[in-house]
Amino acid sequence: MSVKPNPAFEPAEPTPAPLPTPRLAAAPSPADAPAVTLPRRRLPAMTGRYLVRALALLMALVVWHVATVTGFNFFVNFENVPAPLVVGQTLLAELASRDFYLHIAHSLGRVALAYAYAVVLGVLTGVLIGRSRWAEDIILPYIELFRPIPAVAWIPLAILMLPTEQSSIVFITFLGAFFPIVLNTVHGVEQTPDVLVRAARSLGANNRAILWHVVIPGAMPSIVAGLAIGMGVAWFSLLAGEIISGQYGIGYFTWNSYTLVQYPEIIIGMLTIGGLGTLSTLLVRKACTPLLRWQAKGGRP
Amino acid sequence: MNAVVSDNRLAILDHSRLRSRASAKGEGRGHVSVRGLSIEFDHNGGKRAAVQNAELDIRPGEFVCLLGPSGCGKSTLLNAIAGFVQPTRGTLSVDAQPVAGPGPDRGMVFQQHSLFPWKTVRENVAFGPLMAGVGRQEATSVARTFLSLVGLAAFEDAYPGTLSGGMQQRVGIARALANYPSVLLMDEPFGALDAQTRIMMQENLLEIWREFRNTVVFVTHDIDEAVFLSDRIVVMSASPGRIIADIRVELPRPREQTLLTSAEFMDYKRQCLDLIRQETLRAFQQQNGG
Ligand SMILES: Nc1ncnc2c1ncn2[C@@H]1O[C@H](COP(=O)(O)OP(=O)(O)OP(=O)(O)O)[C@@H](O)[C@H]1O
Ligand SMILES: [Mg+2]
Repeated sequence: MSVKPNPAFEPAEPTPAPLPTPRLAAAPSPADAPAVTLPRRRLPAMTGRYLVRALALLMALVVWHVATVTGFNFFVNFENVPAPLVVGQTLLAELASRDFYLHIAHSLGRVALAYAYAVVLGVLTGVLIGRSRWAEDIILPYIELFRPIPAVAWIPLAILMLPTEQSSIVFITFLGAFFPIVLNTVHGVEQTPDVLVRAARSLGANNRAILWHVVIPGAMPSIVAGLAIGMGVAWFSLLAGEIISGQYGIGYFTWNSYTLVQYPEIIIGMLTIGGLGTLSTLLVRKACTPLLRWQAKGGRP
Repeated sequence: MNAVVSDNRLAILDHSRLRSRASAKGEGRGHVSVRGLSIEFDHNGGKRAAVQNAELDIRPGEFVCLLGPSGCGKSTLLNAIAGFVQPTRGTLSVDAQPVAGPGPDRGMVFQQHSLFPWKTVRENVAFGPLMAGVGRQEATSVARTFLSLVGLAAFEDAYPGTLSGGMQQRVGIARALANYPSVLLMDEPFGALDAQTRIMMQENLLEIWREFRNTVVFVTHDIDEAVFLSDRIVVMSASPGRIIADIRVELPRPREQTLLTSAEFMDYKRQCLDLIRQETLRAFQQQNGG
């Protein structure tokens, strides 16, 4: 049975594209021609692109503003949507309140805990499935079966089976991060080039050394992609999990605002989750760059 | 290159621990003995022989080329000596030890893309010594020695992906040699290189081999390459691979590029060409006739 990660979990660009490294065409001796690396990327071009991205976001704000002010109502109804300025005022008020930070802190704590479990168990399970046919046959059916179940659907069982509210939320968040990490790890491990394993064996490596020096580093680009996607899905699931939270959490804050019909707060909750998700995914990618240094410096041979 | 090699002669001998581990059985290591070897693979539910009843004795320190048409089983035979492929029948031993699996006494150089892309050039070469348990510091110093031997000391911190194909193969040779193998197995190591680079690599390899004098089994389908490099050319028939000729090449050493146009070289070349031509024709007829 061949394992392919769910296309939905596959990032548009699974690994950072290595910079082009053209080789000297007319070197005196071809055997000695070193590759020439292009200068990284022109800085003005990059700042220009960030400017465009910022403007794109700003434009949505303007459209939102115009739509609410004019009471736009054609299929999509903006009449009851709070205007951006109102949301902005509410945000300022929230930023001044201690509770808002408590909500964020609780959510951060849950995501951190759930994600830590997901990373450890996900990578371990993924390597096991990728390396052992037995593990694949025993574990993979569960993964295939449970992966499509949305986080919200786990809530009743989580409440029934787990001792505390906190552990239920962490469990649901964990599930979100776990599957993409497992599947990407499996994918990476199964792609280990046979010639590298043979090379390592003929250099005297045992199974453990091959796992450590060949299989895991080779799977790393795929694992890192899984870690980044997993972080995004963790936040996604957290929102579902915090339905059952009694007091704190940014997901709870959002659900609670919904119950209390506080529209500006709902939007603030949504955007906060979006922002935290983006930032933490970025953080994961940054933290993983040292592991992929070889790719940035020349890619696969 | 000559200067580089002699500069390193002493340094190489310095790594006495690795070397003594490697030469524990004394001088004259690298005796390869192939007896009645047949290797079969599953094919369309049945069996198909890739190598048939091969008999081969390679003396310690000999440079032997396995020459034959594409698909005749050269790689299979080499992989059997390396321990990657199990024989179906017959026996295979190196220095009287039956081959049970891959091991550091038989260094392998692959055609291409066999360096660990996530390790620097130095870490790639140090890998073998590290696995032999010599400690990181000594492994690094062994790696540096072998990198200067192949003229790549300046690139020790580079990742393989940034090197040209020829440079990558030189790293591959340094990596295989860093274990002081008694047999160096090479499977079309220069097959993916352009003609000019290939000739330089061949000269280079002969210079290095002159220092080590270990046994080399070199697979190629390039007749010029086989004649230029070897003491002995073992010619294999079209599939299933049988050994059909064993040609001793008595060209003087050291050999240089000028040899390629000499009359004796041409004689050997013609001899091989005739054999290969017959075999290739046979292979074509086999493929057409089923
Ligand atoms: N693992 C394998 N399973 C099944 N058949 C194989 C396997 N390895 C090789 N063969 C078959 O054995 C025959 C010999 O293959 P081999 O790779 O040894 O040829 P070769 O002489 O090295 O050819 P080339 O010059 O193209 O590299 C081929 O018909 C090939 O298809
Ligand atoms: Mg081959």
